[in-house]
Amino acid sequence: MPIVEIKNVSFGYDPARPVLRDINLAIAPGAVVGIMGQSGCGKTTLLRIIMGAYLPSRGEAHVLGRATSSLDTAALYEMRRRMGMLFQFGALFTDMSVYENVAFPLREHCRLPGSLEHDLVMLKLQAVGLRGAAHLMPTELSGGMARRVALARSIALDPQLILYDEPFTGLDPISFGVIVRLIRSLNDLLGATSIIVTHDVQEALDVVDYVYFMAGGRVIAEGRPDDIRSSPEPFVNQFVNGRPDGPVPFHYTAPAYAADLELA
Amino acid sequence: MNRSMIDLWVGIFVTVGFAALIFLALKVGNLASFSTDQTYSVHAKFANIGGLKVRGPVKSAGVVVGRVADIRFDNESYEAIVSMNLDSGYQFPRDTTAKILTSGILGEQYVGLEAGGDGVMLKHGDRVRLTQSAVVLENLISQFLFNKAAEAKEPAK
Amino acid sequence: MEFAGFRSRLERLGGTVTSQVWRIGYASRFLAYLVLHSGTALRRFRLTVAQVYFAGVLSLVIILVSGLFVGMVLALQGYETLQRFGASESLGVLVALSLVRELGPVVAGLLFASRAGSAITAEIGLMKATEQISAMEMMAVDPIARVVAPRFWGGVISMPLLAALFSAAGIFGGYLVGVQLIGVDAGAFWSQMQAAVDVRNDILNGVIKSLVFGIAVTWISVFEGYDAIPTAEGVSRATTRTVVTSSLAILALDFVLTALMFTGGNH
Repeated sequence: MPIVEIKNVSFGYDPARPVLRDINLAIAPGAVVGIMGQSGCGKTTLLRIIMGAYLPSRGEAHVLGRATSSLDTAALYEMRRRMGMLFQFGALFTDMSVYENVAFPLREHCRLPGSLEHDLVMLKLQAVGLRGAAHLMPTELSGGMARRVALARSIALDPQLILYDEPFTGLDPISFGVIVRLIRSLNDLLGATSIIVTHDVQEALDVVDYVYFMAGGRVIAEGRPDDIRSSPEPFVNQFVNGRPDGPVPFHYTAPAYAADLELA
Repeated sequence: MNRSMIDLWVGIFVTVGFAALIFLALKVGNLASFSTDQTYSVHAKFANIGGLKVRGPVKSAGVVVGRVADIRFDNESYEAIVSMNLDSGYQFPRDTTAKILTSGILGEQYVGLEAGGDGVMLKHGDRVRLTQSAVVLENLISQFLFNKAAEAKEPAK
Repeated sequence: MEFAGFRSRLERLGGTVTSQVWRIGYASRFLAYLVLHSGTALRRFRLTVAQVYFAGVLSLVIILVSGLFVGMVLALQGYETLQRFGASESLGVLVALSLVRELGPVVAGLLFASRAGSAITAEIGLMKATEQISAMEMMAVDPIARVVAPRFWGGVISMPLLAALFSAAGIFGGYLVGVQLIGVDAGAFWSQMQAAVDVRNDILNGVIKSLVFGIAVTWISVFEGYDAIPTAEGVSRATTRTVVTSSLAILALDFVLTALMFTGGNH
């Protein structure tokens, strides 16, 4: 049974302009799945549907075995305890040290003796290679390190489902490689399922098991990374290969150039 | 800033904050002069209380011996009934006189008690029978003017 | 044409009123939710203690120094006036009553709004802008209970203490100038003050005022922060709004409270 199942979901902040149209997804346990597409295609909204922040206008979202629309606040929080989320820029708590950031979910949800908490935090920090940075404050970290601390924090409660919102944005190549490898290894080690929302297609295609390709609020292509690379769909082709012109035009819709320059 | 420093500073802050409140209550306000002792209540009727207020002082020989507890109007005698809470530490004879006095010419008004010579002391609920009303400045002035006018007429007769 | 212009102006006025009323209602619901979800802030009192540090301890210096100077100015000005009526012994009364009844709560409240209130708004707004609030929600932690409530109670606890310290510092400043510098008799200064300042009518009412101002300012601060548009500009605008709205709220509430407390002859 899929761990996340999105059935015919439509969603719009304003009913007249739907952001998501008739989306169908089924994500199997243990997989690393990519949701890719251009900025503004609705993929972050889809992520918010999965985490239960928004409810679908139509259709159903089943996450970890329950429909999100059937959950009250307590049940929603119960579901989220079994999920981890890595935000685009980490979203570390700036008034706490690295250690306290990772310990935060443990302190809020479990009553652990100090030594056990310490061991768990160190275990998570060791997994992302930052045990030595435990005493630093978030402002003292580089972007890549902050992302890794945030990753350690999001897996603090050993989640069954890990969500990544643009995890690669603004990283140098080394940090990038570290994050890519961590996503894969943590997923397999924890026996979790991961969903990556990203527009860094080329790089993400190397880690994921399955890809959903979105454009204009719809899923326009899906398949294994190799299928996507060789997809005949012109939009996917343009995107994967990063061509400047194609189905997505280089020029924003404008009146004729000559008319604008008053030549005609 | 570590935890224990924060705790220490908050502790200091709360302590000086409360110290300031106590300073205000004791040194600035009159909490210290509030007797927490027992009081007993007596009342008196006045034809006119002037500007006397509830919680105004009751003094004898210039010492505050109590507070005005309540001021009411008596529908039968058309007089004001003033109830006073007197400190149990101070006893007054039954024939004590209660006067409404003013501190300074225009200052606040208070009840002044002038002890009499009776051997029996006032008890809780007793009435002070001898009273003297407030001096109303307007009446005083008009009386003065009236007398002057009368004096002026006499020689003309 | 004339009528259309009038009508559109009326519509704009109506729209403004509606949205303001809606916002007040929204802020009230926020306050109700916040108070009902204060369990965490009270159970884990250390969270609130840390906020008392940020709102109270860090405002101490400005409060004490301002109080001292306000008291000194009051003594100077008051002496000038009282002396003309030969009542310079009443200087203590004037300084103490002005501070305890009005200036203590009001000026401390205004300083608190600009020092601590704006910091609270900026902090919560930035936490929102950097997705820290969303991250907390994703970790199944209610940000209102965990972030907002401790700040609210920290401010509410700090404000009356700060106002009392302001008044005390001001009376000390008045004593310095009036007694030490000008030479008003120290005995008269204190004894007249004690005779005139009533614990219940003056001091307790001043404390009540400062408590009300503390609730108002902190409420406005946490609400503006939580409601801020999560961008740098949005946060800066919310911070400005906190200071402006809090100051107006303090002055308006002060009028209402004064009217309720000090009129009607203290009966």
